[in-house]
Amino acid sequence: MKRLLKLSAIAALAVTTLSMAGTLDDVKKAGVLKCGVNTGLPGFSEADSKGAWRGLDVDYCRALAAAVLGDASKVKYTPLNAKERFTALQSGEIDVLSRNTTNTETRDTTLGINFAGVMYYDGQGFMVPKSLGIKSAKELDGATVCIQAGTTTELNLADYFRSNKMKFKAITFDTNDQVDKAFLAGRCDILTTDQSGLYAARTKFKNPEKFVILPEIISKEPLAPAVRQGDDQWFNIAKWTRNALLTAEEKGITSANVDEMKKSNDPETKRLLGVEGTMGKNLGLDADAFYRAIKQVGNYGEIFERNVGANTPLKISRGLNALWNKGGMQYSPPFR
Amino acid sequence: MLALLRNEKVRGILYQVLVITGFLVVAYFIAINTAHNIEVRGIKSGFGFLHSTAGFDITESPIPFSPQSTHWDVFKVGLLNTLIVAFAGIILSTILGLIIGVSRLSSNWLINRLAAGYIETFRNIPVLLQILFWYNVVLATLPTTRKSLNFLDSVFINNRGIFVPNPIFEPGAWLIGAALIAALLAGWWLHRYAIKLHEATGQNFPAFWISLGLVIGLPLLAYFIMGRPVTFDYPALKGFNFQGGKVFTPEFLALLFALSIYTATFIAEAIRSGIEAVPKGQKEAATALGLTPMQSLRFVVLPQAVRIAIPSIINQYLNLTKNSSLAAAIGYPELVTIFAGTSLNQTGQALEILGITMLTYLLISLVVSMILNWFNAKMKIKER
Repeated sequence: MKRLLKLSAIAALAVTTLSMAGTLDDVKKAGVLKCGVNTGLPGFSEADSKGAWRGLDVDYCRALAAAVLGDASKVKYTPLNAKERFTALQSGEIDVLSRNTTNTETRDTTLGINFAGVMYYDGQGFMVPKSLGIKSAKELDGATVCIQAGTTTELNLADYFRSNKMKFKAITFDTNDQVDKAFLAGRCDILTTDQSGLYAARTKFKNPEKFVILPEIISKEPLAPAVRQGDDQWFNIAKWTRNALLTAEEKGITSANVDEMKKSNDPETKRLLGVEGTMGKNLGLDADAFYRAIKQVGNYGEIFERNVGANTPLKISRGLNALWNKGGMQYSPPFR
Repeated sequence: MLALLRNEKVRGILYQVLVITGFLVVAYFIAINTAHNIEVRGIKSGFGFLHSTAGFDITESPIPFSPQSTHWDVFKVGLLNTLIVAFAGIILSTILGLIIGVSRLSSNWLINRLAAGYIETFRNIPVLLQILFWYNVVLATLPTTRKSLNFLDSVFINNRGIFVPNPIFEPGAWLIGAALIAALLAGWWLHRYAIKLHEATGQNFPAFWISLGLVIGLPLLAYFIMGRPVTFDYPALKGFNFQGGKVFTPEFLALLFALSIYTATFIAEAIRSGIEAVPKGQKEAATALGLTPMQSLRFVVLPQAVRIAIPSIINQYLNLTKNSSLAAAIGYPELVTIFAGTSLNQTGQALEILGITMLTYLLISLVVSMILNWFNAKMKIKER
């Protein structure tokens, strides 16, 4: 019996040491960053015809990999549906969840995860076929709604209809593709998800002009990457990589001019790029970690324009996602 | 000491103790490990979430449900929906399986080949694909709400489902139910009387037809006596959708079709092997007694064949019930879709929810197999 107790004590100890081991060390040892992304959402995370992953959420993972491992291509992508995402992060199957996930109080406090700063400010909207002649979400009483299961969208929908004293029927599916397919087949009258998701879905439709997106935005959806709780170092790395991308845009540092900017006289630029100070080292990374991220992936503005901006099929304007000094809400604490 | 180890009995016990201890240590380690990890990562645990508000809506629910209901209500709705589709599927697949199984042995070449083709096709396609196939067929072929197929202004078919009038029972309707029960009891009594009469005198009494007449006639009589206490709620197009009436959704229909058609192939094969396992002499003896082929099938072959087929048919019923969890693919709100799916995602309590769900499936399976084992024991040949 004494032996058994000892054994379990050792076992418990073993577990403790295991869970204390940092994600940073694991990633470095594996030489690859395991990143959970959406199964297919144009502009945010989508595999192109060659099988390469593209999108805003994907670029965040690439920037993180460039900062930590020095190579933006060293990412292993795990496509996840809404229901799988948190379990995948909790169980350690992925190192970071970058999958258009809304930061909410419940998720932050009860799921054992931390949100590392907003990559995209979004809000929930509605799309309807033009033929229904609907102009406002207030006319949707009695409608059937297609929706993805296990999302904040599902809860907002119920709240919105309830507070407006309207009735609805929700048909829920596992993945975006199934939701879109059912909507196109006429199984439901409305498609609802984050507005960016609506624009993204519409680019995939055969006749996008036959559908309208209603003006109402019924919720706040700050989409943020998330990491496991209890590993502060990794949490800091995830946060400051996002901040680095924003600061780079603010300082006018792009993937094209980052080498010249190293010679800049601006002290914060110098600190950000690792020419001066110990910014990278403070996080347990190389001094030039953020230089590599910007060089290989670009700043936040570049990432935004490349994936969802005016020259992409999504044609989303910066809006809330402009920098704080350009009328938006994207803001990074200083690199000091 | 060594001599003790050489003793076969002692050694046997020793090994068992070692194995059990090993198992307990592993189980203990896993439990401690899990609890520890949950605590370290700050994941909420416990069953308190069952009483918190769900916040989302469920498309079809046999009991009242709103977004203000709790996760425990979600569980109940999911379980009921699972049971409904399983029950309907079991009945449909049994009827279909019986027909196909007997056809498979038909001497008519065309019927025989058609049945064989049916079995080989549907048995060898994964059931998940079949569910998706039927769902897309239903959605793609049926018209939209405004162009619904209309049957006498009371039944409407479109890609939102099949809408039928819903009966509303007013006070006085109880007599109809009572009449039905009385008719069924009378039918059962007549059936026993007919057997007794047949055994005693050899005379045939048309119990079946008289019972059928009673089952239809008595409730009808009660309906008119009580002044037609049943009215119907007819579906009507209002706004976006049909309101009122009862609706069978495309998700439910696709799942039911796919599960029944798939499971029927296995039941058909079980029945065919059952029939083929009945010794040839039985059939020959029946022919020699002057029974027609139909009578020989009905009174001699099938009773013995069913007996042989029951154990494997039980398995198929359980498979059907478990396969209903594949509904997650098309959004039919059964247990896995809404409880182990949506509820799990909204609360994040994977261990608790998956534990409850697995336990529930285990219980359903155990209960079904218990009932059918009892039935099997009752149907077994009584050796005299």
